[in-house]
Amino acid sequence: MSDGKSLQGFSQGLSKGLGPGGPLLSVEGVTKHYGARLGCADVSFDLWPGEVMGIVGESGSGKSTLLGCLSGQLAPDAGRVLYEMKDGLTDTAALGEGARRRLMRTDWAFVHQNPRDGLRMGVSAGGNVGERLMGTGAQHYGRIRGAALDWLGRVEIAADRIDDRPSAFSGGMQQRLQIARTLVTGPRLVFMDEPTGGLDVSVQARLLDLLRGLVREMGLSVIIVTHDLAVVRLLADRLMVMQGGHVVEQGLTDQVLDDPQHAYTQLLVASVLQA
Amino acid sequence: MSDYNFAYLDEPTKRMIRRAILKGLAIPGYQVPFASREMPMPYGWGTGGVQVTAATLTPDDTLKVIDQGADDTTNAVSIRRFFQRVAGVATTERTAEASVIQTRHRVPETPLTGDQILVYQVPIPEPLRFLEPSEVETRKMHALEDYGLMHVKLYEDIARHGEIATSYAYPARAAGRYVMDPSPIPKFDNPKLESPAIQLFGAGREQRIYALPPWTRVESLDFEDHPFDPSKAEHPCALCGARESYLDEVIVDDAGGRMFVCSDTDYCAGRRAAGHRGTEAAA
Ligand SMILES: Nc1ncnc2c1ncn2[C@@H]1O[C@H](COP(=O)(O)OP(=O)(O)OP(=O)(O)O)[C@@H](O)[C@H]1O
Ligand SMILES: [Mg+2]
Repeated sequence: MSDGKSLQGFSQGLSKGLGPGGPLLSVEGVTKHYGARLGCADVSFDLWPGEVMGIVGESGSGKSTLLGCLSGQLAPDAGRVLYEMKDGLTDTAALGEGARRRLMRTDWAFVHQNPRDGLRMGVSAGGNVGERLMGTGAQHYGRIRGAALDWLGRVEIAADRIDDRPSAFSGGMQQRLQIARTLVTGPRLVFMDEPTGGLDVSVQARLLDLLRGLVREMGLSVIIVTHDLAVVRLLADRLMVMQGGHVVEQGLTDQVLDDPQHAYTQLLVASVLQA
Repeated sequence: MSDYNFAYLDEPTKRMIRRAILKGLAIPGYQVPFASREMPMPYGWGTGGVQVTAATLTPDDTLKVIDQGADDTTNAVSIRRFFQRVAGVATTERTAEASVIQTRHRVPETPLTGDQILVYQVPIPEPLRFLEPSEVETRKMHALEDYGLMHVKLYEDIARHGEIATSYAYPARAAGRYVMDPSPIPKFDNPKLESPAIQLFGAGREQRIYALPPWTRVESLDFEDHPFDPSKAEHPCALCGARESYLDEVIVDDAGGRMFVCSDTDYCAGRRAAGHRGTEAAA
């Protein structure tokens, strides 16, 4: 399996040089402070279509801050986030609020650690999945419901739960519902902040499996924040290690994990091996 | 009446409200903020409508006031008396004779004309309020025409009840742009929002005015496969026999006997005066 991963990363590395397309997302020197406190500093990287980028690091290292800046939820103090749109790489900060909202509910998706932050708890499962469709102009009840049923199936939620509210669901089901709700519009780029964070280990494994299947099937590009190296091994082609707001190491996942260069990464890998 | 300025409000206040009305007419369905004044009646008694009426009335106007279609409820009577006292205008119960009609919860059955102004009392002007509690966010949603949530609400209705169960304050889109709350009129009245009359909506507590100029296109929201249906119960009025008017169910005796009668009392009386009879009409 780990061979498969590096092959996938390798072939993507190739297409980078040979293919006609450029990166999907290009991040240039993104920096964000909270007053005097550093959130993240001078982060740059390119994300290629179909690539999964993992971001790891200890608590407070700036992972969520960076993800917030990339996904347009936080305004960076410096740097740019460029996204591949009709007219080529476009500065997302320069988009109007309307265009940014459209992007966020069509091409982009954000999966929160706490499903309550990503779901409407007072709306049925079907309504939650249908919302992005209705937000982009769908006005045929039968088709919206059909799409919701299809997506509930894909995240392994029984069809007869379609009219139940998420508050009646377990944590794992809520997280799967959140994933269905964000993927229903067929986004190209998905941001995930600790998507398996609050879940039991066995529930985590099932969710990861599901995510991996969906990522492959839909050819999603993903930026996933986690402090779980097992998640990274399973999902990420490339890995970025953060400490104190800075990226201290990045590269192909297997390379970084099997041959860590930076002292902090070495510590991170060693502590997991011991555990 | 000389104790008060004409129609109670001072002239600068009326001018401020008229500006809000004109802006509302220029942008159909858009909620214009205005500095609502204290009125000598509690909120919930139509202070928004009363201020709009006060800013609209001229000494030559004839005023009609209805509450749920009736001219004789406490609310309608006290507002009518108020304007008799502070403006000295003529009043009427006949829809056809009125130049300004203030209403709560109904559009009159008698078709309105281009010479008339209909003023609605509005409790909650924001159609998105129950879906999105943040005012900052709802304003942004209006600005960006981001109305998907309205359909989520209708979706939930159908999922739960098999049909769109919203029967009052049914959301509608004005001139293809702003989604508005037509105030708690029955959905039966929504088609009458496309009218030759000027329609003004005043919310006192929430300090908002919005408007529909004559013949504005007003579409009630729906789904392609669950189209808007304004229909009502299939009864004729027990008093005047009308089949096309909106009916109230009233209890007529201690034994729980019921009948359906026109909610628009002027319309019903007019039909009976013209000789129409329902099953329960006294001969
Ligand atoms: N809203 C905020 N106001 C002030 N400081 C903040 C805010 N959010 C984050 N920080 C600070 O910025 C730094 C980076 O925080 P961030 O939340 O990005 O870390 P993280 O890597 O996501 O941590 P965790 O693994 O705990 O989620 C920390 O020092 C944090 O205290
Ligand atoms: Mg975080």
